[in-house]
Amino acid sequence: MAPKPRPPRIKWHVIVFLAPAVLVYTAVMIYPLFNTLRLSLFTEVDQTRVFVGLQNFRTLFGDAFWSDHFWNALANNFWFFLIHMLVQNPVGIALAAILSHPKLRFASFYRSAIFIPTILSFVIVGFAWKLILSPIWGIAPGMLDAVGLKQLYAPWLGKQEYALTALSLVSVWQFVGIPMMLIYAALLSIPEGILEAAEVEGITGLSAFWKIKLPLILPSIGIISILTFVANFNAFDLIYAAQGALAGPDFSTDILGTFMYRTFFGFQLQLGDPHMGSTIASAMFAIILVGVCLYLFGIQRRMHRYQF
Amino acid sequence: MTKLKLSYVLLATTLISGNAVLAQDVTLTIESWRNDDLAIWQDQIIPAFEAQNPGIKVKFVPSAPTEYDAVLNSKLEAGSAGDLITCRPFDASLALFEAGHLADISGLEGMANFSPVAKSGWSTDDAATQFCVPMASVIHGFIYNKDAFAEVGVEVPATEAEFFAVLGKIKEDGNYTPMAMGTNDQWEAATMGYNNIGPNYWKGEEGRLALLAGDQKLTDEPWVAPYRQLAKWAPYLGDGYEAQTYPDSQNIFTLGRAAIYPAGSWEISGFNGLADFEMGAFYPPVAAAGDECYISDHTDIGIGMNTKSAHPEAAKAFLNWVGSPEFATLYANALPGFFPLSSAPITLDDPLAQEFISWRGKCHSSIRSTYQILSRGTPNLENETWNASVAVIKGEETPEDAGMRLQKGLASWYAPQQ
Repeated sequence: MAPKPRPPRIKWHVIVFLAPAVLVYTAVMIYPLFNTLRLSLFTEVDQTRVFVGLQNFRTLFGDAFWSDHFWNALANNFWFFLIHMLVQNPVGIALAAILSHPKLRFASFYRSAIFIPTILSFVIVGFAWKLILSPIWGIAPGMLDAVGLKQLYAPWLGKQEYALTALSLVSVWQFVGIPMMLIYAALLSIPEGILEAAEVEGITGLSAFWKIKLPLILPSIGIISILTFVANFNAFDLIYAAQGALAGPDFSTDILGTFMYRTFFGFQLQLGDPHMGSTIASAMFAIILVGVCLYLFGIQRRMHRYQF
Repeated sequence: MTKLKLSYVLLATTLISGNAVLAQDVTLTIESWRNDDLAIWQDQIIPAFEAQNPGIKVKFVPSAPTEYDAVLNSKLEAGSAGDLITCRPFDASLALFEAGHLADISGLEGMANFSPVAKSGWSTDDAATQFCVPMASVIHGFIYNKDAFAEVGVEVPATEAEFFAVLGKIKEDGNYTPMAMGTNDQWEAATMGYNNIGPNYWKGEEGRLALLAGDQKLTDEPWVAPYRQLAKWAPYLGDGYEAQTYPDSQNIFTLGRAAIYPAGSWEISGFNGLADFEMGAFYPPVAAAGDECYISDHTDIGIGMNTKSAHPEAAKAFLNWVGSPEFATLYANALPGFFPLSSAPITLDDPLAQEFISWRGKCHSSIRSTYQILSRGTPNLENETWNASVAVIKGEETPEDAGMRLQKGLASWYAPQQ
């Protein structure tokens, strides 16, 4: 007689080990996220909360005042992201390629020096750059003057046409260490054998980088792009630290994060409106979700992975 | 067994006597955003009150100005806020009163010492109910460097034409930046610019109340003219004023690099400690010699009572004391630049503060135009005024366009303007 199949056992150890992470994550991330989505469907009338369905979203996209600010913030956010993609990531890759060159001396010193800004607080970075670029006490005008380029100087952070670009570049300066480190790690994991085989075939130097290394680190570049996207569309700290909640001059540095903060918590005489704030937060969530999905289904799945 | 009972009885008596000791000493906690004033409250104001009211201890617990409203709101929601609450003027406090967080204190004897304008910052729209005791106002004007004026050889201007002549001469002389103000933080342009010089054009309360009633519009001459003057300021601000912040401006002036500082009186105590030259002040110059002058004498700080306070009687005693002339004198001298709103006459030891407060006798007082009711909707008129003042100074928007934009925004939600 064959033994009776035992009923599947509950794997208690799995539940026990997952529980702390799941509980903490639910309490600090999942619950607030869904509560924010829920809040965006309400509004406050005479001290009581009233359900209004999608009315808040209609106001955000339909009302001229709200939609102007929203589209302005979104456009600024895209510019902020574009500068990171065009400057931060290519520079990060180039730095990693240089650092991984076996003949470079003091490589670990450069690596640390370039990475250090990443661990600084936004407040320090914002404040330090505000001082550096200040027309009154800053060293930027003096340094330009010393090389005879004083006429190139402008109070960048105070000019509508330059402020956002200047702040994006400050952010690039702060975070260029992250793509550099990730790419550096990816470059180191390329087996020597492949490079030697290529060398035998006559592919060396720059062409080895373009033809061998770059295709092999493409998956890492993809991950960096998506990390940059999420971080940029959630950005808030640097703009707030440097320009304040009004994101001046004339809202030219206003991104979704500062717009949401101003609406949610209020500013000066403007009282906070948690419901419109949640509406903006929900819109941000949707934008990031769409962006990440596009990447996952459009790019990630088609990417080749090489096994060595 | 009996031993055990006895020990319970003993324990119970100690608990009761412990409570009795606590009940004798009531501790009141004050919530405030004035963390700069911590030392003054602890060393001067609170000891004076405690000496007269044995049994009441007071604790002053300030938070950072920019975080105050958010922190206070969450504390009130959670029921952990202090007994006494420092009140922002107008809507922020009105909202707290309507939400049931601030007590109705209309009946307090100390309230008799205040004029209706002083009380306007903390009453319901119909002025029937008061919820905070007015504590202090700030007055706008221009502070100037007396040494610089003597060096360049200019006199204090009384009219607008003289004002620009003085600015021109200082610029020509070249040793000083004529005026220390930047547009980076935006609010200075509106608060120290527009609302500083504006009352002369819209005739103070007269124009402000007409705007509230819908009889005047922001596109009318009295409301556009201040922008026209602001537009002429730009050449006299320092190089790179677009990126100059508020602390930058303060430092430029106190280091003696600038001649004139468009000011609020709250700067006085800070400047006294920093500047090593003699300072004077003048009120906003009028259009033609002999015109009546109007100043912005803005209600800024009040103090009210938490409805959930455990010691309402002690809290009322404190509020009554805040309404007394004694507190007014003490506070005004401890904090030169914050002027008591009490109608009782007071004298100030600080010459600069005395100069500011003397204008109350020469000019008509008004409050900032955007604060009462008009910043209740979206777009928020105060924030829009910041933006417009900056745009006008930089020449990115004409005064007329700025007026039209603000009027359009205000009319979109404020019924009397529709």
